[in-house]
Amino acid sequence: MNPVLKLLIEGGQLSTAQMAVVAGLSEADVNKHLEQLKKDKIFLGWRPVLDLSREAVAGAAVRAVIEVRITPERGGGFNRLSERLSHFDEVESCYLMSGSYDLLIFITGPSLQKVASFVSEKLSTLEGVLSTSTHFMLRSYKEGGFLIDAPEQASGRLKVAP
Amino acid sequence: MKKNIARHVVSLPKSGIRDFFEIVSKMKDVISLGIGEPDFDTPWHIREAAIYALEKGKTHYTSNLGTIELRREICKYVEKNYAVSYKPETDVIITVGVSEAIDLALRALINPGDGVLFHEPCYVSYSPSIALAFGEAIPIVTRAQDGFSLNVEDIAKAWKPNCKVLMMNLPCNPTGGTCDLERLQAIAKFAVEKDLIILSDEIYSELVYDGIHTSIASLPGMKERTLFLHGFSKAFAMTGFRIGYACGHPDLIEAMMKIHQYSMLCAPILAQEAALEALLHGEDGMKVMRDQYHRRRDLVVRRFREAGLSCHLPKAAFYAFPNIVATGVSERDFSFGLLEAEKVAVVPGTAFGQSGTGFVRASFATSYEQLIEACDRIERYTQNLASKRRT
Ligand SMILES: Cc1ncc(COP(=O)(O)O)c(C=O)c1O
Repeated sequence: MNPVLKLLIEGGQLSTAQMAVVAGLSEADVNKHLEQLKKDKIFLGWRPVLDLSREAVAGAAVRAVIEVRITPERGGGFNRLSERLSHFDEVESCYLMSGSYDLLIFITGPSLQKVASFVSEKLSTLEGVLSTSTHFMLRSYKEGGFLIDAPEQASGRLKVAP
Repeated sequence: MKKNIARHVVSLPKSGIRDFFEIVSKMKDVISLGIGEPDFDTPWHIREAAIYALEKGKTHYTSNLGTIELRREICKYVEKNYAVSYKPETDVIITVGVSEAIDLALRALINPGDGVLFHEPCYVSYSPSIALAFGEAIPIVTRAQDGFSLNVEDIAKAWKPNCKVLMMNLPCNPTGGTCDLERLQAIAKFAVEKDLIILSDEIYSELVYDGIHTSIASLPGMKERTLFLHGFSKAFAMTGFRIGYACGHPDLIEAMMKIHQYSMLCAPILAQEAALEALLHGEDGMKVMRDQYHRRRDLVVRRFREAGLSCHLPKAAFYAFPNIVATGVSERDFSFGLLEAEKVAVVPGTAFGQSGTGFVRASFATSYEQLIEACDRIERYTQNLASKRRT
């Protein structure tokens, strides 16, 4: 496996300079590997994991999960409509699901009203969308692998041990 | 009060780590490569199993040997991974860490004055445990040239007619030394010839990066004379749970159980429940940790070599054991100097026996970020030592 991909899978918290040291490569090589992974469409990009509830000004984001039922099309199945939906900037992630609905959509907006109007005006009016069910997120306990508000833990290890 | 302390306790040497620990623990912002335990927290599903057991009221004594469920799973695990089959009813005892298992085994086997062979450098408790069992501790040398593997010629050189037990720790703390099949076979043959009982501490055996681990207990005719010692501390990151086990001949297990029932009664039940969860569902998580240790090993050994230290590639465990003789100072001065100048803690090799002279132990059970920073500092330190020597 690509050595840089291995490190990304592990959690991707290292800078490219640190990855270089760990993998025994030059930083230029790490960047080359990243470029290759991008070309192969494996590595799509970086995203920070933020807890915006701590930032008073920026804290306005409202997030919701929407269950969407859609009609599959002859020839295209669910893909055409799903792809079309995914293009909206409000849509952060979009997944085809098994079970009682078809798509699970994660969306972010600046206010409750904005999210609501996106659902009622853009989403549910699209041809092929049968129904939507919107759930607003109230509080985050874990974000992208990071615990939110978990008390800081000092390492319990002794400083020297046999 | 001092005059009342038993002679054999008074004469135990002080741990070579203890005074070092005193200094390090008073310092701030030290990067410690001196820690012989995983930096990973115990995987959550294992901790959760302990919480659940507590909620269910599992707060009582267990059988002296440990819960039968855990003994059964241990037997399955050992058969699958080490190719030796034991009976859960009679051949296994759960102990408070491998530490207790070693103590029980030595006390069960040794008559005063019996010889116990063990290879050095080795885990700090081996020689004192032998002394506490009134045995004679007889070290066998191992060398950096062959990766601190154990050679039968060296065992034969150290052997004396009073020798009854051979203690082995492969893979080895502090050297990461392992033994290939050929060497193991030669050792097995020697053990049969001299009628030695083998205590095989295989606590690092999951954390092997090159080659495969073979237990000496799996060699023909060796199961009867080998006590297989293992535990959960290292591979499953469960040091604080204090669970180990011994598998071997029912007579020896019975004898160890006698001591255990009067001194310990049983290992803590919550920790036994957690250990059971580790065996049932912990393998994938363990492999993730192992892969990360592997990458850290490659990083640390490469950086040590770049810093001018000669360092063999440890095939297993989470310790690098570089030779610092080229820096012109002793392992003690190196360690104390490094601590003072760069706030990085490593352990002087002599803490693990005389044949650790000229070496230090650097544990790579710490994060990449810390390792990278520590290696930068060590490189700076060795360069400073080198330029001092030139002037
Ligand atoms: C070689 C060796 N044996 C035994 C032990 C003790 O392990 P436990 O936590 O199971 O008592 C250690 C711990 O460092 C060790 O390195």
